[in-house]
Amino acid sequence: MAALDNTARAKWRWGLLDVVVVVFALTPVLWIASLSFKTPATLTDGNFIPREWTLENYRSIFATDQFVRALINSIGIALIATAIAVVLGAMAAYAISRLDFPGKKVLVGVSLLIAMFPQVSLVSPLFDIERRLGIFDTWPGLILPYITFALPLAIYTLSAFFKQIPWDLEKAAKMDGATQAQAFRRVIAPLAAPGIFTTAILVFIFCWNDFLFAISLTSTERSRTVPVALSFFTGESQFEDPTGAISAAAVVITVPIILFVLFFQRRIVSGLTSGAVKG
Amino acid sequence: MSVPTTPVAAEAAAEQTQDSTRKPATRRRGKAPLSEGKKAERRLGLLLCAPAALVMIAVTAYPIIYSVWLSLQRYDLKFPDERQFVGLENYVTVLTNEYWWTAFGVTMLITVVTVAVELVLGMGLALIMHRTLVGRGIVRTAALIPYGIVTVVAAFSWRYAWTPGTGYLANLVGDGAPLTERASSLAIIMLAEIWKTTPFMALLLMSGLALVPDDLLKAASMDGASAWQRFTKVMLPVMKPAILVALLFRTLDAFRVFDNIYVLTAGGNETSSVSMLAYNNLIRGLNLGIGSTMSVLIFLTVAVIAFIFVKLFGTAAPGSSEEERR
Repeated sequence: MAALDNTARAKWRWGLLDVVVVVFALTPVLWIASLSFKTPATLTDGNFIPREWTLENYRSIFATDQFVRALINSIGIALIATAIAVVLGAMAAYAISRLDFPGKKVLVGVSLLIAMFPQVSLVSPLFDIERRLGIFDTWPGLILPYITFALPLAIYTLSAFFKQIPWDLEKAAKMDGATQAQAFRRVIAPLAAPGIFTTAILVFIFCWNDFLFAISLTSTERSRTVPVALSFFTGESQFEDPTGAISAAAVVITVPIILFVLFFQRRIVSGLTSGAVKG
Repeated sequence: MSVPTTPVAAEAAAEQTQDSTRKPATRRRGKAPLSEGKKAERRLGLLLCAPAALVMIAVTAYPIIYSVWLSLQRYDLKFPDERQFVGLENYVTVLTNEYWWTAFGVTMLITVVTVAVELVLGMGLALIMHRTLVGRGIVRTAALIPYGIVTVVAAFSWRYAWTPGTGYLANLVGDGAPLTERASSLAIIMLAEIWKTTPFMALLLMSGLALVPDDLLKAASMDGASAWQRFTKVMLPVMKPAILVALLFRTLDAFRVFDNIYVLTAGGNETSSVSMLAYNNLIRGLNLGIGSTMSVLIFLTVAVIAFIFVKLFGTAAPGSSEEERR
């Protein structure tokens, strides 16, 4: 009986700690969501929960070219950068975890260095180089640095996943006459799919999140992403307070993150704890 | 297969420092005649790594060298005709400028305070996520939200929360406008940073927690070790490599602080970080020479911090990787 009491009490204690964590993690998110549903009249009442609800803020941002264009840029740039980074990362990670070749340690070291690299150090040279190459303020101008800084994350996460794959299957495939490349494509790739998917989510979150490159290497709506567009929002007229519009736009770009986290919590946690580094 | 966790990074760092001592041995072995299969393997390995390596080097190594070159010139896009080589003049200008040192101090302060607080909170959160008896999935899901959310979005949420009249937090602290004073602005910037990145710290620490054998904890507890003793005597030593990795990555990441400051104060009231200052000189001031000089100085600072940490790894990593191999 005493033991039962003990576990019950322990459960309550853990439960309480859980609640503290959940409240701490969610409050800022709920607050910005709350702001986005407030009417202009109640926007500055300081109430955590809206007194009057409205969808007007969302309607207004989707009516502006400024936001819609930025959203398209954000999605397009993040998806393309993710796809390329994951493909290149998977190739390198396979080689690192499976093959013996000179320069392996150098590659791991270089990735580690880039993961720690201060991005702002690249802003001035890239600004100048991209202007000369004519890719300043274009999609490739952002995709390129995103790939670079996502690669270490992709390589580390994928090598960790690849090390857990039953490689005997590969040997079996090779014994059946498949080349190393075929063994990779036909046998290992399907097994590696969950790890690749997880890596893709992490890389996408990284690209989706970037602000420094996006604000430095763009100058017009042509390639401005949403985080940058947010900081330029002014409201429909000069006298209008942009708080509601900014909040609504902020919520829109938070939705994909919430969905990822809700559906793939387990994968993201395993991806980040299995030798991940933040890009 | 042992659990391939964050020590991977520690090992890599350690290997890097030991590279110079190890290389001769591997090279001598490499001189033995290679079989056809071995050669094909090498070729494939290099081929598979080449694209990733090329992109990473083209986008970082070349620009950083170019940025050193730019930093030795007077190069202001507003006066492009006055471009000329000036040696170390830009470095003298920056290093004798009080704004630079203020920003440097602010960045250091933010880095030290946030990383220290995050280590403590992150350890707590890691323990909760790892050991909680109820609602493990819910806690982990909730903790991932600050990690995943766009920093700018979170920063706007904090900004409005502290805006007098609009915000729920501003109304709690009374009449002042916290984001217009230096001390309170810095505190809010740090709060926003801590909120956003504690979960990442916790996840890295959790990978270390997973390495602590349950049997060891049980044995310690049977020997009469208190919870605190079990934590300091059993868990911490096993987690040391994971802690060092987490500290390294968070320290270097904290040093880059930009988004939160941009949105919360735009660098007003002397709250600029070095990244903010470099950005302002480049994009607002269009002064490529001075901007590049700051870039190079930031790069060097980060390199020094990383070097100090890698030195720490050097002593911590060999033991840990031995344990992993067992």
